[in-house]
Amino acid sequence: MIEVENLTRYYGTRRAINNISFQIEKGEVVGFLGPNGAGKSTTMNIISCILPASSGSAKINGFDTFEQSLEIRKIIGYLPETPPIYPDMTVADFLKFSAGIRGINSKKIPSAVERVIEKCSIKDVSHRIIGRLSKGYQQRVGLAQAMVHDPEILILDEPTVGLDPIQIIEIRKLIQELAAEHTIILSSHILPEITQICKRVIIINEGEIAAVDSLGGLTASLRKSERLSLTVRNSENNIEEGLNNLDQVISVSLGEENQFFIECELRSNLQDEIAKLALEKNWGIVELKPVPMTLEDIFLKLTLEEKEPAA
Amino acid sequence: MRNIWLIAKRDMGSYFNSPIFYVVTTVFLIIYSYIFINILSFFSMQSMQSGQFQQMGMALNINEMVIEPSFQNMAVILLLIIPIITMRSFSEEKKSKTFRLLLSSPVHLKEIVLGKFFACMIVVGLMVLLSSYSVIFLFFIGEPDIGPVLTGYLGVLLMAGCYVSVGVFASSLTENQIVAAVITFGFSLFMWVIGWGAQSADSSTGQVLEYLSIIEHMDRFLKGMVETSDLTYYLSFIIFGLFLCHRTLDSNRWR
Repeated sequence: MIEVENLTRYYGTRRAINNISFQIEKGEVVGFLGPNGAGKSTTMNIISCILPASSGSAKINGFDTFEQSLEIRKIIGYLPETPPIYPDMTVADFLKFSAGIRGINSKKIPSAVERVIEKCSIKDVSHRIIGRLSKGYQQRVGLAQAMVHDPEILILDEPTVGLDPIQIIEIRKLIQELAAEHTIILSSHILPEITQICKRVIIINEGEIAAVDSLGGLTASLRKSERLSLTVRNSENNIEEGLNNLDQVISVSLGEENQFFIECELRSNLQDEIAKLALEKNWGIVELKPVPMTLEDIFLKLTLEEKEPAA
Repeated sequence: MRNIWLIAKRDMGSYFNSPIFYVVTTVFLIIYSYIFINILSFFSMQSMQSGQFQQMGMALNINEMVIEPSFQNMAVILLLIIPIITMRSFSEEKKSKTFRLLLSSPVHLKEIVLGKFFACMIVVGLMVLLSSYSVIFLFFIGEPDIGPVLTGYLGVLLMAGCYVSVGVFASSLTENQIVAAVITFGFSLFMWVIGWGAQSADSSTGQVLEYLSIIEHMDRFLKGMVETSDLTYYLSFIIFGLFLCHRTLDSNRWR
């Protein structure tokens, strides 16, 4: 459905993205992940036909984003990082306007507006001026604007940025609901968000793709060691030493109070031995558990590994 | 067509929802009315005098002595006021990042430009319409010739179109509304005074400078004449400004 090939974009002499290629199938929910300034927004702007690429191409349903952009603009809904909302309009008027310029037949506009107002739960503010709404509601209006024409593809650039935790949860839930009917590209620098919503992740760093894979795949391929967390009651100085003396332990690091992180070789099943040691030395085990690799670790690993050779 | 109208309608809505339109229109009407009253009282003084001294035998023409100078003064006030109206058209969209909504919608760039242009034109047209009370009043107290009045309005609107076209273009250049207004005012004023150079230049350059002057072409409209050369000048001025605006917005995407 979406095919991006060797996309490169310069702003003046600064290269924002370099040779990016990926494919997205119909119905997928894909997360764009990367630190600020990695090129996520640039890529999304190109797919949304707002910016032309310096070289390379992006095609949606076989239409080129530069040559046949009008066709594409009919089937995408785009929510940029700052929601494109006119602060002096009421929510309902604004949505009517967006529906109109999205090419919806004038007779169908009221029902389309009604539908997104319902979906984004903004009914109770629909007659208020957008500029006076809270950031969370403005974000919803932005989202409503992006889906008023029922697009096949939704492109959401950091949809939860600047919201409070409750608003974040609400927006996330909304996106999850939308995922059933739309192809969604979502960008974020907040990792748990991607973990919760997206099935596939594209990690972008310094304008280049660092990895494209499912979450499980990423975890598996990057995992060179296992991690255990051990919490004890009696803190003694030699716990670290004792753990280090075990075979297959690669390193031990201190966590919070009386907590140790043990990095060990893959499939070493050290739990038994650690427990034995703890009983012998009377450390008083409170907790011993494996630590799954989080997206955060993957992310740091990928983005930092890239830098290491240069340093 | 529909997209142009939708964009124009939205823009007009934001003029009418904000105080800008009301403040600008009030200022415009106050200044215009003050000038008009002065012109009119001067005219009535003159008519009384010529009534007393029959031997002077001057035929006093209300078109020439009241309506024409009123239009000329209106053109000056519009020069000062139109930059305030046009300055926000693209600058504000860019600054508040709403321009992306238009760019990601299935509308042509030229429809956006025309929509913005017509929104400003309708606002300016409304201001001119409100000021027409003065001319209507003259029809009650005297017998002005309607022809030059109508062509005069056409001329004023065409000239306003040139200012708006410059203004919309200037607004596409920058996110800063003040900068856009200053560019519009500066350029419009320059196009106004460019003809003054005609006196000191040699005859062929002088003719060119005179033709370029935005006010030079008004005179014939005020006298009741619609000439192709004047129409061509104003229309090509407007189209050229909008063309530059279109190119600017298009090239912005590449930078």
